[in-house]
Amino acid sequence: MSMALTELDRKIINTYQGGVPICENPYAQMAQQLDIDETLLLERLAYMLDSGILSRFGPLYNIEKLGGAFCLAAMKVPSERYDAVVELVNGFQEVAHNYAREHKFNMWFVIATESRDSINDVAARIEKQCGSRVYLFPKLDEYFVELKLQA
Amino acid sequence: MSASHAAQIIDDSNNIQVDDIDRRLIMATQAGLPLVPRPFAFLADRLNLPEQDVIQRMQRLQDIGVIRRIGVVPNHYRLGYRANGMSVWNIPDDKVSEAGKKIGALPFVTHCYHRPRCLPDWPYNLFAMVHAKTHDEAMQLVDQIADLLKECDHGHDVLFSTQILKKTGLRLL
Repeated sequence: MSMALTELDRKIINTYQGGVPICENPYAQMAQQLDIDETLLLERLAYMLDSGILSRFGPLYNIEKLGGAFCLAAMKVPSERYDAVVELVNGFQEVAHNYAREHKFNMWFVIATESRDSINDVAARIEKQCGSRVYLFPKLDEYFVELKLQA
Repeated sequence: MSASHAAQIIDDSNNIQVDDIDRRLIMATQAGLPLVPRPFAFLADRLNLPEQDVIQRMQRLQDIGVIRRIGVVPNHYRLGYRANGMSVWNIPDDKVSEAGKKIGALPFVTHCYHRPRCLPDWPYNLFAMVHAKTHDEAMQLVDQIADLLKECDHGHDVLFSTQILKKTGLRLL
């Protein structure tokens, strides 16, 4: 997929993966730090959002702090049943993300529910419908600092 | 770990005080911050609140960690990071915190979590997402992690994603 990422775009991405000021005129302050016009900054952000270079611009919420429960889960799905199981698992509204991975554990998904007890209920229902054991990998601790990929 | 026991040990750092106005503010901004010169005034107008109230609430949400950060969320794939490997490590339990902090600080690791093993099928207790432009480059980065861990690495594996089967927006509230 072709895309035009200017040097300025790279600088914006590399400078503002966090740290946008919370004040009356955040873009003016950011523009000043980048040594450009506020209008140009707004234009580049809009361009990068429209073209899909950015999936979002704004606050990244830690939804776990708002209550609710999240749990990574995995299954070993036989290849002949894979497509059918994808459909069953994706049919659960509690399943937020689902990835195919090259491994004996070949399906990895996130269960998101209102409460911790519901995680077990959903896992049990998925097991029953799919006929494969659901392995749960709840987060015990996290160590990442922040997103820091260079553009 | 069986399904019936896992949820009991999910991290218990919840119970943050967020009121209805905060929730409306979160709903209004979860898709993004308005691209206008005074974005908080714009939001204030929509939510029928004073601009300063919106600014103070956003600052508080950031201070208490409900907002992790405010900024760009790049699409990894569009930046050329097309090899996304979930590296998984078997680390002695008494070393996992130290190892996690080291790995989480690496520039190419975006997420690093301690999770339970599921013995005997799954011996790994540390998960680190590695983003690279190619498969080979990702494997080199995993080797770098192994070098860093030295004798704490009691075995590891890398799971590359082959397809996104589902990705829904987060249902916040």
